[in-house]
Order: sequence, then C-alpha cells, then structure tokens
Amino acid sequence: MNLFTITFKSLRQRRLSSSLTAVSVALGIMLMVAVLVMNSVIGDAFSQRSVAVHLVIGPKGSELANVLTAVYRVGKAGEPLPYRFLRDDLLGADSKWKDSIEFAIPMTMGDVTEEGAFPIVGTVPDYFFVEYASGRQFRLKGKGLERSFDAVIGARVARENGWDVGSEFKLVHGGASGHVHDEKFTVVGVLAPTGTANDRTVFVHMEGFYQIAGHEKPAEEAIERLKKFGYTVTPAEEAAIREAVAGHDHGHEGHDHAGHDHAGHDHGHSHKVPDDLKEISFILLKAKSGVEALMMSGAINEGVRALAVNPIKPMNQLMNDVIGNIQKLLLFLTMLIVVVAGVGIFVSIYNSMSDRRREIAIMRALGAHRGTVFLIILTESLLLCIGGGVLGLLMGHGLVFVAAPFVEAESGLTISPWQFDWVELLLFPILLVLATLIGILPGLTAYRTDVAQSLSE
Amino acid sequence: MSLSIRGLRKSYVEPGGPRLPILNIEHFEIADSEQVVLIGSSGGGKTTLLNVIAGITAADSGQLLIDGTDVLKLSEPARDRFRAQRIGYVFQTFHLLPAFTALENVLLGMSFSGQGADRKHALNLLVRVGLEHRLHHRPAKLSVGEQQRVAVARALANRPSLLLADEPTANVDPANQELVLKLIREACRENNVSLLLVTHSMEVAGQFDRVERLSDFNRPEVAV
Repeated sequence: MNLFTITFKSLRQRRLSSSLTAVSVALGIMLMVAVLVMNSVIGDAFSQRSVAVHLVIGPKGSELANVLTAVYRVGKAGEPLPYRFLRDDLLGADSKWKDSIEFAIPMTMGDVTEEGAFPIVGTVPDYFFVEYASGRQFRLKGKGLERSFDAVIGARVARENGWDVGSEFKLVHGGASGHVHDEKFTVVGVLAPTGTANDRTVFVHMEGFYQIAGHEKPAEEAIERLKKFGYTVTPAEEAAIREAVAGHDHGHEGHDHAGHDHAGHDHGHSHKVPDDLKEISFILLKAKSGVEALMMSGAINEGVRALAVNPIKPMNQLMNDVIGNIQKLLLFLTMLIVVVAGVGIFVSIYNSMSDRRREIAIMRALGAHRGTVFLIILTESLLLCIGGGVLGLLMGHGLVFVAAPFVEAESGLTISPWQFDWVELLLFPILLVLATLIGILPGLTAYRTDVAQSLSE
Repeated sequence: MSLSIRGLRKSYVEPGGPRLPILNIEHFEIADSEQVVLIGSSGGGKTTLLNVIAGITAADSGQLLIDGTDVLKLSEPARDRFRAQRIGYVFQTFHLLPAFTALENVLLGMSFSGQGADRKHALNLLVRVGLEHRLHHRPAKLSVGEQQRVAVARALANRPSLLLADEPTANVDPANQELVLKLIREACRENNVSLLLVTHSMEVAGQFDRVERLSDFNRPEVAV
C-alpha cells in the first residue's frame, strides 16, 4: 500500500470536506483558464496574426485611429485621400513603388446598414482573394463582388440580420444626418466566420458606393481638394469633372431611386464615376517584402498627404498600454482566487489535523516514520490541489466550450471551443508549489504528533 | 532470550512541576515464545512499560534488549522500523483506521515494515481469526469482537517476535473475550511469538502460567 493509496483512502473517508476543498480550487482554476483563453483570443485579435498587410495608408492624424477604423472597423475615418493617390502615387506608371507592391486594396467607409448599424466598406472584388489574416483566406458562400450594387456580408451580419444571398438592404449615410440612401444593395455572398472585424462588416462594390447619390463630391470641392492635396488639375480635367457631375445630377433628376431595385441588372442609370470624384478612406497594402514596406512608409510619412502605418505597431502599443494591463489585472485577480482557494485547503487540512492525531498516531505505532506521516499529509495537499486543478481545467474549458457561441455573438470575437493557452501548462507547477506550501504546516503537525499521548486520548 | 530489561528508568516532567518517576525496573525478562501476564494498579505504569518496549515512548536510561538488539540505543527511524518488523501491538481500543477495510488495516501494518505487503499472509491471518467473510468491511461495519480480531491479525502481520497486548479483552463482550484471548495465545504459540499481555482481569490472568505484578519489579519511588 503506497502513499497515494493511503492518502486517497483518507481523503475518501472525509469525502464531503475533501470534495468541497477540491472544488474551491477547481473554481479558481476554472476562472483562470477562462481568463487565459480570453487573453489568448484578445492577443490573437491584436497581433500580427490578425492582419495580413504591411501598411494601412490613410489620412494624416492618429496611427491608432486609422488602424482601429481600417482593420477593426471601430470609429470614423478621417478626411479621405483622393483616388489619384492610389492610381498615380502608388500604382502609376511613374511610381517608384509600383514594383514593390504585392497588392493595394482601397476601402471607403462611413456608412452603416439601416438594420443593425453594421459598418459599410466599399472595396474592390480583390479584397476577398487576398489573405485576411496571416495564412488565412476568406471562405465565401455565394460569389464575390461583381456588379456595382453587389454586397458581401460577414458571418455575424448574416446571423444577426437574418440575411442571406439575395437579401436586399439600404445604407444609412454616415455623420449626424442619419439619411437613408435610396439605393438598394443585394447580398451575393456570405463570408464564413473569421474571428475578425470582417464578421460584422458589410462589403459593397466600390463602384456602387460612389454611385450612391451624395457620395461623390461637388465638382468645385473635388477640384479644390485635389489642388490642396498637391495635384495639378489641368483645365481639361476640371471640365471633365464638371461635366461628369452635371451628367450624374441630370441622371438622378430623370430617375427616381426610391425603392429602386438594382438586383438582377446593373444599375439602370449606371454611370462611370470619374476617378477625380472618387475618394478613399484607407488603402490596405502588402509589399513584396517587409523592408520595402518600411521604406515605402518612410517615404509616404515624410510627405503631408497621407499616413502609412504598420497596423501591428499601434495595436501592440494599445495592448501594452491599456488592454495588456487589464489582462494582467484579471490574471492577478484570478491568481488571488487560486491563492484564496489554497488557503481554504490549508484551513481544511489544518483543522482536520486535531481530529486526525489519533489516526496519525496509529500509523506511527504501526511503524510509520515521522517523515512518512509528513509525506502522507503533503500528498493529501498535492492530491487536493492537483485534483482540483485538473477538475478546474476541465471546467474552464467546458465553460469556454459552452460560452464560446455566446461570446462570439456578443463581442464578435471568435473563440474556438478547443482554444488552449500554453500558459495553462504553467498552472501545474504553480499548483505543485502552492500545494507543497499548504501541506508543510499540517505535515509538520503530523510529524510532531506525540504517539503515546494521542493513542491514550 | 526474547526480551531483557536492565536498569530501565522512565519519568515524566510536568510543566513547572517536579520530575515524576514512572518506571524503575532493575531486571525483567521474557523468554522465547513465553506468554506472560502483567497485572497492576491503574496508573502504575503498565501501558508506559509497553510503550517503552514498543519504542513509542523513549526511556530515560537503561537497557532493553529484544532478540539481542538494544532498542533504546536505536535512532528514532530505526526504532520505528524495528517496531514495525519485530513487535506486534494489540491496543485496548483496537485503534483500527476507519478509512480502511479489515484487509487494508492488516496490509497497512505491513506497508510500514519496509518488507512490502504480503496479501496472501494477510488473508491467511484474517481467515485464521475467522473473518474471511468480513475482509472488505470497514471497522464501522464490524462488531466490537470482530474489530479486536482484526487488530490481532494486524499485530501478527509482520511475523513479530514479541506481541504486546494492552488489555485486549477489556472492551470486548464476554462471549468474545474468551475467543480473542484464545486467538492471541494460539497465534503466538503457533508462530513462536513471545507475549506480554496486560490485564486487570484475574480470570484472564489465571489462564497463564506466568503472572507478574508490575509493582513487584518496578520501584519508581527509589529512582534517583
């Protein structure tokens, strides 16, 4: 009969108090596992793994605000960039960067859906053919953006709004007006869950986005803005802009958009919006190498037109300065819970010692060494802590398994039911140390038991 | 010679009080396989003597030879091992461990001897004391007589050369008294085990060839 058997039988004899003690440890570990898993999920969401681009290029201003808006769809985009910036400065024949760019995806933002207020992103069809995160491609039910008034929706949008391929919706203009645009978009594709902000985003074709009444700039304002941005606008170009705006206005006058259904045909009054009337909120850019991305961002940021930022940089800063501290606080609190549970084990074992003096004395009278009875008590502490720890680990992952769909529905964070954080492996050495510390004092009480006196009581 | 005591002294010191001599035995011996009854008044030191012989209580001075080994000169761990291997102890209140079955209580005694648990021997002992049908019952499910029989089996588990029994029949009903006593005596005889049995019962004492009154050889009042 070894130490474990002797200890196990002793614990079984006091099964109620032993179970309650182990459960108190299990609850602490369960909370800790849940926090660690959340930690891991949040860490993933804000790490390099969550984005597959080198640069987010947007308006001059806050790096963090640009990344939050472009990647996490939180907040509002700043003053947009002229389309010329993408067409000429980055991809133009004279651009020194054109050969360094793997892809540059424009995004235009500002509107939300009428139902659910999900952010609208006007983009190009290529958005769905590049990686949305490192090593991860979109999976799409239906098809991508082909026609001007096509839309692709994220998994959460589909679930919450009950939309599917064929559903139609309207956009609410950004800003304070809350104006509902007349144009209707049709869902042609639904994205599989990605665990990113794409899940709660509605993507519309950029061409359709510009064709919405009010989305193109007035001619004079557009010309002024191009000049302010440092571009040369020739008289011919100015005339072309004015003509395009006049033509579009004319088109709208003769065409009632209200309730107009664009599904099944391309926009009836479809007009090609001139590039000089287009504006871009952000450009997601992947360079052919990290070094080229770094050089490109340096050059862009030297100028006054735009701001290029590696999205990881401000997010890491946010993680370190704010979210990381909250996570550390949560971890600290759950560690405290485990320590409190440990104190519970100590009290439970220590209190039981007065009742168990006779039991210890009998073992000593049968020939057990002082060290043996010390080890029996220490093993008891270890079994309670490790048993509680294993139970807590299972309960913690059970909790994650059960809560994952609810958390995802509420927060948009995708949690795998089998999510595991390697830090969890550290729990067991920590528990071993805790159990040893807890067991020492009661163990010493057993060690010092006066056999003759205890047997006579 | 199974047990030989020379000049054994044991006293207690009450906190803040004078030293209180309990044992002062110049000479006491038990031969191989001999069965001895020890009688004496309550508080006379009988249990203390058994505890000193068992190595549970340390003596102040003297010599205590069991099979040639001076128990008093052994270190505490060595004394523990010696007790587990060579001395069986039957207590008045049995002292079975409540978490363990009858069989496990016997095996537990073997576990501490360092010689491993001999399950077959433990089963034989329990069969010998008539408990083959109660092997897997815990003490709470056993009658008082059955509990004492388990205690006897446990005391004999490590094939001791000396069995100490402290009023083994005191808490047993009359029907079982005779059975328990017979068991102890026969088991000792069969296994060549020396027996030192403490009792208050003159009826029990009357069954033994050698009866010793503690006060006849213990003179604590003359201890220095």
